[in-house]
Amino acid sequence: MPSPPSGASAWRTARLLSREPQISTGRTLRFTVPDWPGHLAGQHVDVRLTADDGYQAVRSYSLAAPAEGDTVELGVQAAPDGEVSPYLADVLPIGAEVEIQGPLGGWFIWTPRDAGPLLLFAGGCGIVPLMAMLRARRAAGSAEPCTLLYSARSPDEVWYARELADPGPAEEIRLIYTRQAPPGDPRTTGRVGAQDLAGLPEPGSARCYVCGPTGFVEHVADLLQTAGHPRELIRTERFG
Amino acid sequence: MSGLSPGFHGRGRALVDRLPPGQYPTESFPVLSIGPTPRVTTDHWAFTLTTETGSRRSWTWEEMMALPQERPVADIHCVTRWSKFDTRWQGVSLDVLLEEAETAADFVVAESFDGYTTNLPLEDVTDGKAWLAHSFDGYPLAPDHGGPARLVVPHLYFWKSAKWIKGLRLTVQDEPGFWETAGYHNYGDPWREQRHWNDA
Amino acid sequence: MPHDPAAFRLDGNALAGPLAPVFALDPTTALRVCPACRMQATVGELHVYGPEPGLTARCPGCSQLALRAVQQPGHLWLQLGTGQGAFRFTLPAAGG
Repeated sequence: MPSPPSGASAWRTARLLSREPQISTGRTLRFTVPDWPGHLAGQHVDVRLTADDGYQAVRSYSLAAPAEGDTVELGVQAAPDGEVSPYLADVLPIGAEVEIQGPLGGWFIWTPRDAGPLLLFAGGCGIVPLMAMLRARRAAGSAEPCTLLYSARSPDEVWYARELADPGPAEEIRLIYTRQAPPGDPRTTGRVGAQDLAGLPEPGSARCYVCGPTGFVEHVADLLQTAGHPRELIRTERFG
Repeated sequence: MSGLSPGFHGRGRALVDRLPPGQYPTESFPVLSIGPTPRVTTDHWAFTLTTETGSRRSWTWEEMMALPQERPVADIHCVTRWSKFDTRWQGVSLDVLLEEAETAADFVVAESFDGYTTNLPLEDVTDGKAWLAHSFDGYPLAPDHGGPARLVVPHLYFWKSAKWIKGLRLTVQDEPGFWETAGYHNYGDPWREQRHWNDA
Repeated sequence: MPHDPAAFRLDGNALAGPLAPVFALDPTTALRVCPACRMQATVGELHVYGPEPGLTARCPGCSQLALRAVQQPGHLWLQLGTGQGAFRFTLPAAGG
């Protein structure tokens, strides 16, 4: 007989508490999950939807912040032809329920106990799990330097804009615009290049986390390794 | 479990005569992959037919293109629930390739350049039911859809239509392939909804 | 080597949920030494193709097959390495 589900493999019922727009296609969703065991920055959950005829669809979403009791925050970007993300982003009613499995993943995580400077590289909605790291770092009052390099198409594609405009101690936010920059931005628009990595902490001391679409992740991981960052200190997560 | 995810229906599943159970129609042509797209060029391409005794017959790209060509139009059905109507292919009927093979085998294993394999009964790839296709919609088959050449067996779920095919191996015993050994149905008839290993 | 970024969308981090019911420890931190190219990579670093019709995980260095996982209602099929023959695990009943 299979044992009853427990821990991270259990499917828990999660009730949608609130939905808040981040960008035109991106939303912050808060769910109440009874008996949520807590999670680490960088972890994700799998969300399962069930149609009336029993058809199920499962997709992964990153946790965007440390848990507050039984409340968890997800970042959901509606994919143009997606089956699950447009439903979560715009259709699921407040107060309705989905199933959530997690917290998941022990590889792409950061905890305040991890010593050394922190380098975060976000491409598009790849910001979500890195925001969880930034928030966990702020909450812990970490004194280690931290740089977030965030590549977005244009200013209106920036998630968590207000929070990022107010950097915490020992924290630097670099916004890289690939298509359209705000007036006065000295940087020419375009994808992240070696020059955007200038002035970062010494390779070998800093932990690097890279999250975004596959092309972004591969490109930044290559830039970091070319700059001398050892592969052991580079952790990546690819989004579709 | 009712009340979960209200208003979620998955993709629209219309009732159409031509739609096998559990499928939805799509205009697009989704790409599903098990690995990097192999770069196969026609000048190094060969299709090899191997019988159960080990005898081989190979065709170069030019030799294959010189064989009689057919233009089948068929509905295709993917086990991931999309169906696509009236797909137009050009290629060589497997009847032509199997014509001179001396064999007592009842099964074939399709083998691809990327290491993918899938098994079929011989009778399901003969009598005008299967093609070695090199064109789709009038154009050379794109690499992500299996180009330069793939198997097309429209009456079975599309995982049986191996992309980047490099040969067929005739076998006396049935030899389940890449997905058939990992939980998918051994035969894969979409009309009987034979998706998983033990579906009737 | 032969990875083309356009073709795969996921990495081994995405295996955490599907494999959670059959591993007592988080599988994404498990280290694999590729028998083909000797590259060391955690499960989280593998290149993953899918999720449909199944999750196919490969060495990030040389693309050799590392594992296949197929999720079906009530079951998980898991095949490690390049060989044939998967193990079918029966999953706990839903709604627990």
